[in-house]
Amino acid sequence: MLRRLVPHPLLSLTLVLVWLGLVNTFTLGNLILGLGFGLVIPMVTAPYWPNRPKLGHPLKVLEYFLIVLWDIIVANVQVAMIILFKREPSIRSHWIPIPLELTSAEAITVLAGTITMTPGTVSATLSADGRSILVHCLHTDDPESVRDDIKSRYERRLKEIFQ
Amino acid sequence: MSFAAELLISIFLVISGVFGFVGSFGLVKLKNSLQRLHAPTKATTLGVGGVLVASMIYFYVEKGHLSVHELLITLFLFLTAPITANFIAKTYMARNLRKQDLPESQSDYGWSIYDDPPESVQLPENGTEPVVLDPAKDGGAQS
Repeated sequence: MLRRLVPHPLLSLTLVLVWLGLVNTFTLGNLILGLGFGLVIPMVTAPYWPNRPKLGHPLKVLEYFLIVLWDIIVANVQVAMIILFKREPSIRSHWIPIPLELTSAEAITVLAGTITMTPGTVSATLSADGRSILVHCLHTDDPESVRDDIKSRYERRLKEIFQ
Repeated sequence: MSFAAELLISIFLVISGVFGFVGSFGLVKLKNSLQRLHAPTKATTLGVGGVLVASMIYFYVEKGHLSVHELLITLFLFLTAPITANFIAKTYMARNLRKQDLPESQSDYGWSIYDDPPESVQLPENGTEPVVLDPAKDGGAQS
């Protein structure tokens, strides 16, 4: 019964928080309206979310978030240097295929999003069976190390979070 | 508003301005569409991020309450920006690149732009191995 009423507790919680953030003031009325959204929207859209992704420890999620944030800042500066001070012909772009150990669709989505949001790398496509991901790297002398970085920094942590 | 707050806000605004500029400059300087794709990721991360942090500090100092809109903008940006980039990359690949131009996928199937997904393999579920459906077995179970 509870499972039917609240099929996705995390989604409901997110919706309540997003609603409170959108109105930007915390009042009882807004909280009740947000709770209403949090109940109705997951119920109506339940067919589109067949699986419930299991999340690991919240601290791990926070750790991942902070690491990505830090990497974004560092990579921003690196790429800015490349764009400003490197002559165009000496920029060596690479396609890097990365075999994936992640299997859940949610985890792969987060990984692909992370790769794109950290400047210098863009995730382009998946292999047809979802077992490896193709990454375009703006400039690197050592494609192997970029692959190992992504695997050890992001994929390992995502594996702990999602599996 | 105190001098320290003003200084902090200015610093963040300048940072975001610089990265916004570098992002746009990259669009002009880089020659290849895929390389150009890297430039706007900077504008959307540090460029927008700087303005948002500045805005949060401003509203906290000026109005005395924490504004959450900026966090939501970050959330929505992080949800939408990778998808746009991915679409642009895929469109570019489909139009301009052939299968031979890309490295091997290192798995049993090629890249999804050129190859069809394996029909007999279900999409991997959470934490489980892909299930290989045997058509003969299925037919047998039904009869």
